[in-house]
Amino acid sequence: MSKKLFSLAAIFDKPNDIMHAADSIASDGYTKYDVNTPYPVHGMDGAMKLKPSRLGYFTISIGLTFMSLMLYFMYWVNNIDYPQVIGGKPFFPLPALVPILFEVTVLTGAVLTVVIMIVFFFKFPNNSHPLHDSDYIKDVSSDKYGLYIESDDPKFDLDKIKTRFKELGASRIDEIYWDEEEVKTVNRIMEPKFVIGLILIAGFTSFSAYMHLNKLLYITPFDWMMTQHKVSAQQKSDFFEDGFAMREPVMGSVARGFIPYAFKDDIQGAEQNLLNSLPATEENLKLGKKKYLTFCSPCHGDFGKGDSRLKGQFPNGPTIHSDKVVNWSDGMLYHVITVGQNSMPGYEKQINNKERWAIVHYIRTLQRAFNAEDGDLQ
Amino acid sequence: MNTIDYTKEPILVEGDRTLKQIDDAIVAPLDRIPNIKFFIAIGFTLTLLLIGAVALGLSFYYGTGLWGNNNPVGWALPIVNFVFWVGIGHAGTLISAILFLFRQRWRNGIARFAEAMTIFAVITALIFPLIHTGRPWVAAVYLLPYPNQHSVWVNFTSPLLWDVFAVSTYFTVSFVFWYVGLIPDFAVLRDRAKGQIKKIIYSIFSLGWRFSNRHWQHYEMTYLILAGLATPLVLSVHTIVSFDFAVSIIPGWHTTIFPPYFVAGAIFSGFAMVQNALIVIRKVFDMKDLIPLNTLETMNKIILLTGTMVGYAYVMEFFIAWYSGSQPEYFTFVNRAFGPYAWAYWIMFSCNVFSPQLFWVKKFRRNIPLMFILAVFVNVGMWFERFVITITSLSRDFLPSSWGHYYPTLTDFAILLGSFGLFFTLVLIFVRILPAVSIAEIKAVAEGAQPTHHGGENHE
Repeated sequence: MSKKLFSLAAIFDKPNDIMHAADSIASDGYTKYDVNTPYPVHGMDGAMKLKPSRLGYFTISIGLTFMSLMLYFMYWVNNIDYPQVIGGKPFFPLPALVPILFEVTVLTGAVLTVVIMIVFFFKFPNNSHPLHDSDYIKDVSSDKYGLYIESDDPKFDLDKIKTRFKELGASRIDEIYWDEEEVKTVNRIMEPKFVIGLILIAGFTSFSAYMHLNKLLYITPFDWMMTQHKVSAQQKSDFFEDGFAMREPVMGSVARGFIPYAFKDDIQGAEQNLLNSLPATEENLKLGKKKYLTFCSPCHGDFGKGDSRLKGQFPNGPTIHSDKVVNWSDGMLYHVITVGQNSMPGYEKQINNKERWAIVHYIRTLQRAFNAEDGDLQ
Repeated sequence: MNTIDYTKEPILVEGDRTLKQIDDAIVAPLDRIPNIKFFIAIGFTLTLLLIGAVALGLSFYYGTGLWGNNNPVGWALPIVNFVFWVGIGHAGTLISAILFLFRQRWRNGIARFAEAMTIFAVITALIFPLIHTGRPWVAAVYLLPYPNQHSVWVNFTSPLLWDVFAVSTYFTVSFVFWYVGLIPDFAVLRDRAKGQIKKIIYSIFSLGWRFSNRHWQHYEMTYLILAGLATPLVLSVHTIVSFDFAVSIIPGWHTTIFPPYFVAGAIFSGFAMVQNALIVIRKVFDMKDLIPLNTLETMNKIILLTGTMVGYAYVMEFFIAWYSGSQPEYFTFVNRAFGPYAWAYWIMFSCNVFSPQLFWVKKFRRNIPLMFILAVFVNVGMWFERFVITITSLSRDFLPSSWGHYYPTLTDFAILLGSFGLFFTLVLIFVRILPAVSIAEIKAVAEGAQPTHHGGENHE
């Protein structure tokens, strides 16, 4: 089985020889040839008649593009997304943005130039070139200078080139062939090694993500300061004699805004003595409605008709439109809200003084609405 | 006393080696099992690293209260160490980029090593601002402009954010520069490799480099572009680091001399560190021909130059503090020299200003033990410079009622030791696994490596 010829390569010993050889081969009109040297040899570009590298244009256009994008981004942050005065400076303080613009220009210019050089100019990474592993490349990587002409070259003629190389003073001439592996174009994506590798990577990624999110984040000090050297309410504490972490208020303390209720066990007193001193303004009625809907309506119904929303899970509250309730005094209503009646609990803790009186107003309004008289429409 | 002819550029690769022997000499440390000296050295640096790691672990667990940082000295040692290590890095880029642009061919032998030191120094430096945030594992959230539903962005007008951009750009560009330089050397290693595993690893990193001149052409252009970008970058990095101080209004910090003064100081300390490390490496790995005494002498001249610039800055700072007529400014400088931290100030002054002046004498410039000791002094002095600037200004600013005193704790020192451990461990590993001298670059300046004039064309 004959191997496919890639190129004919010549080894030279002295830098002067390779310069001369490159110059001659370029003048002979070969196009698909290349010179390999262990380090850049001065003047070789001229000898090979290569055009100057155009990489610099990429660098400057990339750098300036990203600089402009960054400038716009910082403008957008400071002027559109979240305008904020910092240190009394304008929203778009150009001089203060210069350092970042400079850094971004350099960063993108440098990194992308290298990426473009490697990927587009060199077509790297490429480890399956026929030159690799040949004696030729082992020599030119160390201390020899090489020149090869590819078999694809239109003027390629094995014997003619061999004589030409000898003429130019080549110390050795190699024929370089494609490797079997390199010529094959089989799709290798289903190779067991590759597939197993993918599975291992997937397994590792899932495992580490799981450990990170479910274990690591709950370990001190990564747990967002969940463990702290302080006592919380309801915790046991050895510091105090009674063993409680939470302290009781000092004897006789009164909560702010607290007004004691004088008629707790005196329903008669409440009925006779309490009067609604809250003016029946629109504002107070609105407050009463809000509180009524929050606290009273679940059992008594949205309009006080005794139509509970609880569907029998709890005893239905009676209607407030019965004659009994309509005839109650304001003080009696207030008393019932405050201390409760039958299975209704007191709401002293949940509804404050003013709100209770506002509810009384609202109940009166509802009662009036359900038993409206003719003159009310005016 | 032997005379040196300064009218000619000295030979850059001594010992009359062939190109093949140069390869062998550079690659030798990679191929053989290292000697006992190497294990002693790495054992020592790993011990330091372990001390630092333990101190850091404790700091993370118990919090930054283990450090001496207090109010008013909130920046304290982490920032001192950060500025110190970033400064160390600057010599590498100066050697690899600025001297490249100036066509200083003597740089070829030390550029790779200096660049590696840049990268390691910046890695070491980056640790400090990160741990100074208290919870470095969420530092990305504080430092980077990441999109979020609250529209909370970083403050682009803050010098601290400029620093984030400057140092991360510096690290990335240095790393890319370094890797681009390594590609041909990986290919050399690939072609020399005996073992299959080594060959695969080197092949992957060499990307399939073929030493083709059509590639060399773009490669050299890229190298030039990177050098051109890295040169203003390296000057900008320490300028921006100095902005952290100079943009504030604290007396002793709010001065326009800071950017050039910081850059000179950075190159000063960086060269001292590179010189120290090179003396050790050329001895341990037998590279005296590749890193000749002439190169070290040239480095000493740069240390002398930058040291004198730093000394000028110290004196000028003092003069301006008096000349400005600003009382807090003047007080701060008198306080530095004669206040509670006077010991630190005079360590700094004597190490940085007096010791490099000995390099005016040619004999001292070429005396290896002496230059080693002087460079150590320079680094001690430069660490104290950052200590003096940070601590004295913060501990006594405008209001005497808010003055305070600061001393580092044991944990602070342990972390500082750990940073040296990390840096030198990385350096030792680097010398062991990668070519410490750029093979392609050093061969290009060896005797007889380049064609004679006119490209050796035969003019018949």
